[in-house]
Amino acid sequence: MNTELFGVLITFLLTIILAIPLGKYMAKVFAGERTITDFMNPFERLIFRISGIDPKAGMNWKQFLKALLSINLLWFVYAFFVLIFQNKLPLNPDGNPGQTPDLAFNTAISFLVNCNLQHYSGESGLTYFTQLFVVTFLQFVSAATGIAALVALFNGLKEKTTSNLGNFWNLLVKSTTRILLPLSIVMGIILAFNGTPASFDGKDTITTLQGDTVQVSRGPAAGMIAIKQLGTNGGGWFGANSAHPLENPNYFTNIIESIAILLIPMALVFTLGFYLNRKKLAYVIFGVMTFLFLVFVSINIYFETKGNPAIDRLGVAQHIGSMEGKEVRLGSAATAFWSIATTSTSNGSVNGMHDSLTPISGGVAILDMMINALYGGVGVGLLNYYIFIIIAVFISGLMVGRTPEFMGHKVEAREVKIAALITLLSAFLIKSGTALAAYFVSHHPGLAWSVKPAAWLNNPSYHGFSEMLYEYTSSNANNGSGFEGLGDNNIFWNVTTGIVLILGRFLPIIGPVAIAGLLANKKYIPESAGTLRTDSITFGGMTLAVIIIVNALSYFPALALGPLAEYFSLK
Amino acid sequence: MKNIGIVIKLTLILLIICAGIFPLFIALVGKLEPNGGKGETIIVNGKAAGYANVGQKFTADKYFWSRPSVVEYNAAGSAGSNKGATNADYLKTVQDRIDTFLVHNPGIEKSAIPAEMVTASGSGLDPDISPASAYVQIKRIAAMRSLPEDQVRSLVEGHVEKPLFGILGPSKINVLKLNVALDALSANKK
Repeated sequence: MNTELFGVLITFLLTIILAIPLGKYMAKVFAGERTITDFMNPFERLIFRISGIDPKAGMNWKQFLKALLSINLLWFVYAFFVLIFQNKLPLNPDGNPGQTPDLAFNTAISFLVNCNLQHYSGESGLTYFTQLFVVTFLQFVSAATGIAALVALFNGLKEKTTSNLGNFWNLLVKSTTRILLPLSIVMGIILAFNGTPASFDGKDTITTLQGDTVQVSRGPAAGMIAIKQLGTNGGGWFGANSAHPLENPNYFTNIIESIAILLIPMALVFTLGFYLNRKKLAYVIFGVMTFLFLVFVSINIYFETKGNPAIDRLGVAQHIGSMEGKEVRLGSAATAFWSIATTSTSNGSVNGMHDSLTPISGGVAILDMMINALYGGVGVGLLNYYIFIIIAVFISGLMVGRTPEFMGHKVEAREVKIAALITLLSAFLIKSGTALAAYFVSHHPGLAWSVKPAAWLNNPSYHGFSEMLYEYTSSNANNGSGFEGLGDNNIFWNVTTGIVLILGRFLPIIGPVAIAGLLANKKYIPESAGTLRTDSITFGGMTLAVIIIVNALSYFPALALGPLAEYFSLK
Repeated sequence: MKNIGIVIKLTLILLIICAGIFPLFIALVGKLEPNGGKGETIIVNGKAAGYANVGQKFTADKYFWSRPSVVEYNAAGSAGSNKGATNADYLKTVQDRIDTFLVHNPGIEKSAIPAEMVTASGSGLDPDISPASAYVQIKRIAAMRSLPEDQVRSLVEGHVEKPLFGILGPSKINVLKLNVALDALSANKK
C-alpha cells in the first residue's frame, strides 16, 4: 500500500516541477519573445499567409468572440455530418456504422466544447477516420480555443487601458503549434513505446490459451490519447478509457497520463504570473487551488484504499482497497488520485469506473466538477476562477465599504451581474436537467421511447439519482466523465446534455472575456494604500470562502440526496 | 464577413496538421517499437496466444484464474460493471462469485479471498492479478496438475512484477504469462 501512496505523491510533485517551466515558456510564447520553438516561425507564417490572416491585427472583445464563435460553428457543422456518414468514408477496417443524428449531435458538440462526453464506445461507435478527423482534430482545436480565450483575458488585465485583447487566429494557431502539438508528439511516442497501439491495423482475432476465440480492438491510438490528456479532453480511444490496458498499459504510463491531465491547466496559473508580472497573485491562486485539490485527493484516497464496507461484510479481504471497476496494475490509490485530477481539470478521462467509486469519493468527484476551477480545463479553468475572483472582490468591497477594484479597474454593476449570472447558470443547468430526468424516471418510467426511462439507471435508489446528477454536472463542466452505467445513448440524454454542453461551454467563455474587455476599457486607477490587495493570502482565503459558500449553497441539497444519502445507508 | 474565408482555410490547414500529419508521424515512429506499434503478443509454440497487455478469461481449474469481467475478456469492446457500492443485486453477484471460488478452492478460508478476485475490473480486460490472488490459488493448481506446491509457489514468486523502480505503485502478476509458464512447467514434468 505504501508504494501506491508514494506513487501518487511522486506523480503530483513531478507535475508541479514540470508545470513551472512550462508556464514560463507559454508566457514567452504569448508575449512573442524568443523561445526554443522559434523554428516553427516560417511554418506559422505559411499558415497565416494561406489563410489570409494578419496575426498582428488586434481585436476588441466583440471581434475576438465573433472570430472564436464563427470557427467553432463551422467545426460543429463539419463534425456532425462526418459522424453521420462515417460508414461511407475511408479508414473503417472494422466496418462500423454511421452515427444516428441525435448521437452525432451529442458527439459533435461534446468534442467541440472540450467535454468528450461519449455516449458511444470507441471500438464500435467511430471509425479510424472519425477518431482522427473529428475526435483528434477537435481535441486539439477545442483546447487551443480555451487557451486563446484565456490569453485574451490576460491581455485585458495586462494593459492599463486597452481595447485590444490580441488576435484570436494568432493565439489559436500558436497554442496548437507551440504548446499542444510538441507536447503531444513527445507523449504519443512515450505511449507507443510502452505498448499503446499506433498502427492503422484493424481488429485482431486470437485464440486464447484456454481456447476461447476473442477479438482485440486496436488502431492509431497513441497520438490521440496524448492530446486527449494534454488538452483536458478526456475522450478515450477505447470504451473503458484509460482503464483499458492498451490505452494505459502500465504504472509508468499512468504517471505520464496523470501528469498530462494536470500539466497545462496548472502551468497556465504560472503563465498568469509570468505574463502579467504578478507572480504573487499566481502563487496565491495556485495555493487556493492546490489546497482544495489536496483535500479532495486525501478524502478519495482514504475511502478507496479503505474499501467498500458492503464488501467487507461479505467476509473477503479488501487488502488493496475497493477494486470494483479498478485495475490491478494501477491500484486504488492511483485511481482515487486520478478521479480528482480528472474532475478538477474538466478532463473526464478515467482509469477506473467512477460509477463504482465508494459513495463519498463519487460525491467528491461530482462536487469537484461543480466547482470546476481547481486548475480547471485548459484555459477555461482560470476563466472560471476569474469569475470567483470578481465575486470575491465585490463581496470584499461591500464588507469594507469601498468600490471594488481588480488590478486597477473598478468592478461595477455590469461586471458583477455577468459574473453572478455565470455562477447561477451552472446551478440552474445541473439541477434543472437532473430534476427533469428524475421526473421522467419516477413519473413516466414506461414512456415508449427507444430506451424507456425505467431502463436508464444502472443502479437503484440514491446511487441511481447520483448517476443522473453526475451526467448533467459533467456536461455543464464540460468534463466528459460519467457514471457510465447510465443508459445515455438515446434521444433524451443526447439532446438535453447536448444543450447543457453548449451553454456550459460558451457562456463561461463569453462572460469572462466580456468582463475583461469591459474592465480593460475603463480608466486605470493606480494602486494606493486604500486598494484591496488581491495578491494577499487574506484575499486568497476570501476567494476560497466564496468558492465554498457559492457551491455549498447551490449544491448541498442535491449532493445530500445522492452520494451522502448512499453513504449513510451503508453505515 | 471576411471571417468566412479565414475560417474555412484555417480549418482545412489545422485538419491536415492535427488529424493527418500528427497521427501518421506517431504511427511511423511507432513502427520502430519492437512490435511495430501493433501491441505486444505472446508467442506459444510459434503461435500468438494473445496480447501481453490484454487479459484473457481463465476459468478452468488447471489455470490461475483472472479477475471477473463484464465483457468476458472479449477485447472487441471494453467495460466495467458500473455497479454502485450499495447495489443489492451487485452484492449478490459478488456473493455468488465468493461461493464459486470456495467450491473450486477447497480448504481456503473466505477471509483469505482477495476482493479483486470477486469484483470486476474497470476495463473488463485486466491482464493482472495481485500476488495474493495468485498465492490463494496455488493449492488448487498444485492438486489439479499433480505438481508439488513448492514448485508452483516458486513459479508464482518468479512472476511477481515489483512496483515501478521498486517504489512506485502496486505489485502484480500477469496472468497470461504465468499460465504460459505453468503449461511449460507441466510439459517438462512429463
